[in-house]
Amino acid sequence: MRHIISVLLENEAGALSRVAGLFSARAYNIESLTVAPTEDASLSRMTVVTSGSDDVVEQITKQLNKLIEVVKVVDLSEAAHIERELMLIKVRASGKDREEIKRMSDIFRGRIIDVTDSTYTIELTGTCAKLDAFIEAVGKGLILETVRTGSSGIARGERVLRA
Amino acid sequence: MHATKFKLVKVLQVLEKLDQFVTTAYPLRLFSIQLLGSEIMELPGSEISGAEIVVRCLQEEGVECLFGYPGGAVLWIYDELFKQDKVKHILVRHEQGAAHAADGYSRASKKVGVCLVTSGPGVTNAVTGIATAYMDSIPMVIISGQVPTYAIGEDAFQECDAVGITRPCVKHNFLVKDVKDIAITMKKAFHIATTGRPGPVLVDIPKDVTAAKCRFEYPKTVSLRSYSPVTKGHPDQVRKAAQLLLQAKRIMVYSGGGVVLGNAAPQLTKLVRTFGLPCTSTLMGLGAYPGTDRQFLGMLGMHGTYQANMAMQHCDVLLAIGARFDDRVIGNPSHFSSVARKIIHIDIDPSSISKRVKVDVPIVGEVGDVLDDLMALLLESGNEGLDAEALKEWWCQIDKWRSSDCLQYDRTSEMIKPQFVLEKLYEITNGDAIVTSDVGQHQMWAAQFYKFDKPRRWINSGGLGTMGFGLPSAMGAQLSNPGATVVCVTGESSIQMCIQELSTCKQYRLPIKIVNLNNRYMGMVRQWQQFFHGNRYSESYMNALPDFVKLAEGYGHSGIRVDKPADVEAALRDAFSRKDELVFMDFQTDQTENVFPMVPGGKGITEMILAEEL
Repeated sequence: MRHIISVLLENEAGALSRVAGLFSARAYNIESLTVAPTEDASLSRMTVVTSGSDDVVEQITKQLNKLIEVVKVVDLSEAAHIERELMLIKVRASGKDREEIKRMSDIFRGRIIDVTDSTYTIELTGTCAKLDAFIEAVGKGLILETVRTGSSGIARGERVLRA
Repeated sequence: MHATKFKLVKVLQVLEKLDQFVTTAYPLRLFSIQLLGSEIMELPGSEISGAEIVVRCLQEEGVECLFGYPGGAVLWIYDELFKQDKVKHILVRHEQGAAHAADGYSRASKKVGVCLVTSGPGVTNAVTGIATAYMDSIPMVIISGQVPTYAIGEDAFQECDAVGITRPCVKHNFLVKDVKDIAITMKKAFHIATTGRPGPVLVDIPKDVTAAKCRFEYPKTVSLRSYSPVTKGHPDQVRKAAQLLLQAKRIMVYSGGGVVLGNAAPQLTKLVRTFGLPCTSTLMGLGAYPGTDRQFLGMLGMHGTYQANMAMQHCDVLLAIGARFDDRVIGNPSHFSSVARKIIHIDIDPSSISKRVKVDVPIVGEVGDVLDDLMALLLESGNEGLDAEALKEWWCQIDKWRSSDCLQYDRTSEMIKPQFVLEKLYEITNGDAIVTSDVGQHQMWAAQFYKFDKPRRWINSGGLGTMGFGLPSAMGAQLSNPGATVVCVTGESSIQMCIQELSTCKQYRLPIKIVNLNNRYMGMVRQWQQFFHGNRYSESYMNALPDFVKLAEGYGHSGIRVDKPADVEAALRDAFSRKDELVFMDFQTDQTENVFPMVPGGKGITEMILAEEL
């Protein structure tokens, strides 16, 4: 099962490699991993999307907690949460496809942020599944380049993750 | 003002020259400071080098023994070591030896093991020792030199990414880039190494940082927002555990290395004795409960006793204390979990709980504290305590298993049986020695036949299984217990992996007794090849062995070769009568002897091969 895990950790050199190293050393999956400093520059917030049985995910959260630089760990998928990912996608847009791509981008609430005679570059945010759906809808034949940030997540309502 | 500074520098230089004759530069420097009076706070003496800070930190931590090997990147630190005499430096012959010695030093005492190695090959050589300590949760601090900060990443001479290389085998590690951070980093390193589930911590210090200067103040305490290990067990969980035990009919106590590391042997012994419970121990936990006691069923696991393994599988409540359900201990986890029994698991490390086996009542906390709380609750229950009738029946069953006498061997053999040597060793040392071992058959026989009544007497590499561990860890054990009898039980293959440390033993006059069970084979490899690879002894025969007696003599020690069972006792008595000498005893043992019982890899713990079945 897919899980989205939020990690609050010290913003120190090497902290990211400890997390990445843990996943490879213990043979856990990483679907995506994003990390950046928070409003408190001494802390980073990381979102890891992983998959595994309940036992494996329990071990992942325990092992993450065991890392000295990790302050807090929460499995967001245990409760209501919001998840967003940003994608920049460059597509071939010429002839009859040009109008169709524009329409498609509008339907998915994307924004065209760069234009040439034959290409569009589109910015799109949403859940991982929505971005997948856009790629599917455009079709691989027209896609020139895709950049995705990986998912970021936050709990709904009053629940917060703080040091 | 400048003139005064200059004068003081001159005075200090003269005083440091005196170091050649007097090794106490620090008091001398204090003397010079007194001479020059109140101006001192602004003078060079108030700022000290990073190297001196490192040494002062070790002194503040009460480190008495430092195992190391010098090299380019740590020369400033060695220079400071030279000028003081509080921290005694032990010069090993290979950095692996430094790490194992620091490890053995810690295991045989309750202190932190500390070692100092240079950059590049210095630290890579130490990695095996660091990983060994990590797998067995031994508190250690490793200081490694690094190339200067400006050279990091440029493939400098003797550069390696020490923090990167050691990351998966340390509890934590640091690269110190500023001299101002040395003191706080050292404080954190000792704090992290010794608290919670202990482990090795590496501090990597670039050479220019050890040369740079700043004022020194050692922090009294340290707190890390991201690190605060639990100590007390949750009261509700302890209550649930007590209820389970009170309803049980067949309790089994399974004790591990955590009881030794948590210094909880008295609590364990009290609990087991008070309620008359059967108790087994892992390889790492031996000695936490007295090995000679009737309630002790012997070690469990792959080479555990028949009664211990059977009782593990047939109990109805299993009380696991500071143990981690290792693959060598419980065998196949699905076979282990195939019976209905409730499991209570006490451990300091939450990630050890429900890792390989699902447990019913997890309790995270210091094992000693949790056992105290559990004991109090069980005693409160008064007359409604444990079911005495059921316990009696349970012991009847256990005694039937015990009567199989699973550790029997051929006592009439004309060849020296390794088990016989260990029985004699136990007898002659009155069971009172600190015994280290290497890895293989001899390790298992030592664990089976030397009965440890006290914790921290049995020192071996259980988790990583490091051949070469025995001799250097014996050096550490001897240095932390100067008056004690220290024995290294080894084999002809293992001992050769760190044999160079015989030289260190000579230099520091360490009177270790080496019991070499020489069967001319990597015995455990040969045993597996016999059982599972059709007797194809691929590369497990140790050809071209040295003459160990001459080898020991070459290093300045004495050696005894023993070929016949009748000479075993005399040789041991002779060796142990030489209190101040290292004696290397080379016993030529039966090449075909195997370790029994044995649970083949992937099998359940009750699926043992016993000696008579072959």
